[in-house]
Parts: sequence; C-alpha cells; structure tokens
Amino acid sequence: MIQTIASVGLPIDETLMINKNRLIPQSGLNGNEKRISIVTGTHGDELEGQYVCFELQRRIKENYSSLKGIVDVYPALNPLGIDSITRGIPAFDLDMNRIFPGSENGSMPEYIASKIIGDLSGSDVVIDIHASNIFLKEIPQVRINELSRDVLVPYAKLINVDYIWIHSSATVLESTLAYSLNSIGTPTLVVEMGVGMRITKNYGDQLVDGIFTLMKELGIWSGETVTPKTPIISEDGEVSFINAGSSGVFLPSVEHWKNVKKGDCIGKILNPLTGEVNETIFSQTDGIVFTLREYPIVSEGSLIARILA
Amino acid sequence: MEEKLLFELDSVYRDNMRIKGFSFGKGEKSVCIVGATRGNEVQQVYICSQLIKIFRYLEKQGKIKENKSIMVVPTVNSYSMNIAKRFWSTDNTDINRMFPGYNLGETTQRIAAGVFENVNDYEYGIQFTSFYMQGSFIPHVRMMKTGFENVELAKDFGLPYVFRREARPYDTTTLNYNWQLWETKAFSLYTNATDTIDVASAREAINAVLSFLNKNEIIEYRCHQGYVSQFIEGHTLVNVKSNVSGIFIRYKDVNSRVKKGDILAEIIDPYTGMPVDTVKSPVNGIVFFHADQPVIYSQAPLYRIIPTDDLY
Ligand SMILES: [Zn+2]
Repeated sequence: MIQTIASVGLPIDETLMINKNRLIPQSGLNGNEKRISIVTGTHGDELEGQYVCFELQRRIKENYSSLKGIVDVYPALNPLGIDSITRGIPAFDLDMNRIFPGSENGSMPEYIASKIIGDLSGSDVVIDIHASNIFLKEIPQVRINELSRDVLVPYAKLINVDYIWIHSSATVLESTLAYSLNSIGTPTLVVEMGVGMRITKNYGDQLVDGIFTLMKELGIWSGETVTPKTPIISEDGEVSFINAGSSGVFLPSVEHWKNVKKGDCIGKILNPLTGEVNETIFSQTDGIVFTLREYPIVSEGSLIARILA
Repeated sequence: MEEKLLFELDSVYRDNMRIKGFSFGKGEKSVCIVGATRGNEVQQVYICSQLIKIFRYLEKQGKIKENKSIMVVPTVNSYSMNIAKRFWSTDNTDINRMFPGYNLGETTQRIAAGVFENVNDYEYGIQFTSFYMQGSFIPHVRMMKTGFENVELAKDFGLPYVFRREARPYDTTTLNYNWQLWETKAFSLYTNATDTIDVASAREAINAVLSFLNKNEIIEYRCHQGYVSQFIEGHTLVNVKSNVSGIFIRYKDVNSRVKKGDILAEIIDPYTGMPVDTVKSPVNGIVFFHADQPVIYSQAPLYRIIPTDDLY
C-alpha cells in the first residue's frame, strides 16, 4: 500500500511527495507485528539503495506467506534530488542529512524532515542506506556512532555486511537522520556501500540477504535466510586515511577490498599536461583497502583511500 | 599595508587559488575581518575591498592606534566565485561548515585549517556572511548562544539590531562558532545583499565596522556612531508563511512597520493569475526578514516580524 507521508506544493502545478510502500502479512495485522523500515535517497546522487528497495520487495512478493510483520520501504527521501542528479535538496543547496529532526513550522526541507522522523519513529529497526558519493567506492558496511554501539552492533552483525565501523561522535552529526532516530529510541543502522551514481548489484543482493536475516530475527520473516558474514568490527584508531598531497589524475594500482602491505603503492597522481607523475602514494600500514577513490580528478586533500589495519 | 599569502592551493587545471590577508598597523592582533566563504558572496568581497581602501588611508595618516593591528581577508573561496558556484567547486562542500579545519583532511578542511590558523588569535573577529535562503534582512549583528557571546559589545556596531539565536549542531563547524571557542569575540554582520552589490547597504556595514573599531580604540575615526541597537532573540520573531505555492507578490520591505491584518503578500496561481492566498500580518511589528524568490513552495517562510506594541 503506497502512502504519502509528506507533501509540499511546488510553484507550478506540481506536488512534491515523499512516498512509502507498506507491505503487511496476507492474513492482515493483529497489532503485535514488528516493523522494519528501509529508507534511502537522502542524498540524491546515491543510488545503491534503489536496487535494494526493489529487490527486497520482489523477494517478499515471491514468498508472501513468509511475511509475518510490517515492511515499510521509503526509496526516496529526497526525490527532487534523485530526479535532478543533485546530492542536496535542489533550490536550497542543503545537505538533507544535516537538518534532522527538522521542524513542522520550518522551511520545506525542515518540514519534510520532521514528517519523516514522525513516520519512522516507532519502527523496531530502521536501515538508512547510503552509497558513499561519486568520489569514493565503499565496501558494504555499517557505520555506528559510539554512543549507540550497544544497541546497534547486534543488529549490524545480522545484515551480512563486510565491515562495521564504530566512529566517535561529533556534534555536527547530531543533525543526521540516524542520530535523531537513535536518540528517540528508534534503532537506526546507517549502511554505506558502493559508489555514487551507480548500482553495484552484487552489493545490493548481499545486503538484501542480510535484511532478510535481520527480519527473521525480528520475527518479520519466516522464510529461508542466509547465514550472515562475520563482519570485521573496528574503531577509529584502526582506520588510516590517505589523502592526496597534490592535484592531478589519480590512477589506482590496488584493488578495492584487497590487502596491502606497508610501503605498497596505492596509486599515482598524474599530470596530463607535463606527462610527469605528481605523486606516488604508498600505504603507511598493513591492512585492507575498504574505501578507494573512484573519481579520477583529485586536488590536494582529496581522500584517496581508507585502510583498515 | 602588508599583503600576506595565508594559504595556496595547487591545481593542475586552474591557476592556483590564493587566500590573501591584508594587514594594517603593528603589534597586538586586534581585529580580523573575513569576507566571502561562498562563491556568491560578492557584496561581502566588495565591503572588504572598501575597508582595505580605508584602512590603507588610515594607516598612512597614523590613525591606527599604537600596538593595534587589523587584518582583512576578502575571500577564502575565490575558486567558487570565479565559476559562479556557491559552494566548493568540486565536491560542493561549504567552507563555512569546515572550521576549525584539518590540515591533513579533505580539500575544504585544509582550506579552513589554513585560514583558521591565521585568524584564530585575534581579539575580535568580524565575518560578513549570508543566509541559506534567498531574502533580505534589516542590517544586524547576528550571534549564536554559545556561552561566549557578548551582546553588549555587539551593540558597539551601532546597527539597528543585535540578533541572537540558539546554536544548532551544524553551527559548530562555522568560523564564527570556532572563533568563539578560541576566545575571539566574534560577530557576523548581515546586510541586505549577497549576490549583488548594494552600495548603500555596504556603506552601512562599513560604517558599523569603523564605528566599532573607533569605540574599541583600535582606530581613530570620526563617523556616525550608529543607532542604539535593539537586542532581539530569534525565538521571539513571528514567522509568516503561506500554505500554498505559486507566484509570490510581495508588498512590504524590510524595516516596514506593519499592523495586524496588513496585507504582506499575495500568492498568485501561475496559470490563471487568480490570487490563491492573501498573506496577512498576524501581529503589529517591524519586518525583519522577507523572502524574495519570485515563486515559492507551500510552507515557505516568507516574513519574519519583530512584534511591537505600536498603537498607531
Ligand atoms: Zn549519503
């Protein structure tokens, strides 16, 4: 059942709608069902979640009788952004993940944010799917604010990701959707995977497998599920960042999610005008490359890779 | 005048980006003035350029007080201005959301760090900045409630209003907020132009800065002392919005005195031309802010009004 959870009139003959699809057991509801919410599309250039929303529902519909709870799917929290290939909210140039919990009386982005929080609150688990950005490729992972680790790590272990990153809290992150929901007692997992503006089907399939495992644990699904991967769990101290020291064209010489040794070449930054190599980048540590630069043009400071020791 | 290169970013495809500071006077770091952090803040660059012209003259005349120095940084984001973008040219990040910066981090974090290490040890910090929504304000000094803010000192600018609002999580990475954490007395000045140059409004801002510096004994300068600033808290303003979208025909300017029931705007159906909403003032008061987009979304904030007890 498709429901519109927020709508705003646009100037010329158009209504902006935030829609969700609710799937419920064929036998109807008795009021005690658990509810999982899948949300994505906060950043209009992150599309990995679009396939997950489709595939999750396709598999549920294929085996509808196994559905024992409520599945709410919100494919586009920022529909104007997705449609116009804009990361933020068009016309406001605002990062939607910096305005939660929003306000009923605020401007359009704040109004919508408050409606979204209102609709998601009370879910037993929310999964907020992001896809890095156009610059970086990420292995399927869950990112958890250290403040909510006790609640979230058990859920995160079920959803079949490769990696769980427990990061320190920062005041600026208090305006994210996940922080707002976790702080009102609605457990919310942030998934990052793939790369902006693309769909990596095998990552999507992997995550959908994991969502079913979590749904089974919650009593929402009674069908067959996979045994989830055992993710690597780490904290900030074990992650090393490699940033470009000069500008140019980055050409990697390692593969994503492969091991590197200290001193291995990660890639080179080339100068197409002079034919010179501006910089050769070496790993400072033994570890595994879980984030790798995807977009070739870099300037000083651009993130090249993150390596988990 | 001393021209200093505060930060330089190399580029393969463009000329390097140079962030420059212009300093005047010698000794104690008294005041730092920062202009544009975004590419559309041309009014802010214009104001700084005029201040540089004036400080240069005052320095020659010996009117910058002994052991006081002033630095002006007209822009920290010439790259975006040169290609008509508001935010950072490649990844669209906002430099004014990157402070205090990180010199080993992403490009805009490095820019913020490069700027901040040059501006963080002044006694006073003044930033010319802009609002995220298109619109006009009564010129004012804007402050966040951080526990460090000094309302009485802000009144020395002599602008009509000193406005204070609650700090929100995303404010903690602005220049103003971090200046305050580093014990600089920081003020943000808002005038009623950003993308265009409004000479009259710029003159008001320039006068406010000069008057502030004169009162705080950093320069010797006779000028209009400004107004007795009125202090207002953000939450006391009355927000006016329309529940419908359409073409926004505005009838009141900033600083207008309005009475309860006065028509502030009409919203017109873009196809039929018929008014679909008449926006009236819910209170007696003074228009502090109005939106100025030609077309609006439903729920869009259109006016903010300072309530008054005006009886006539
Ligand atoms: Zn995202």
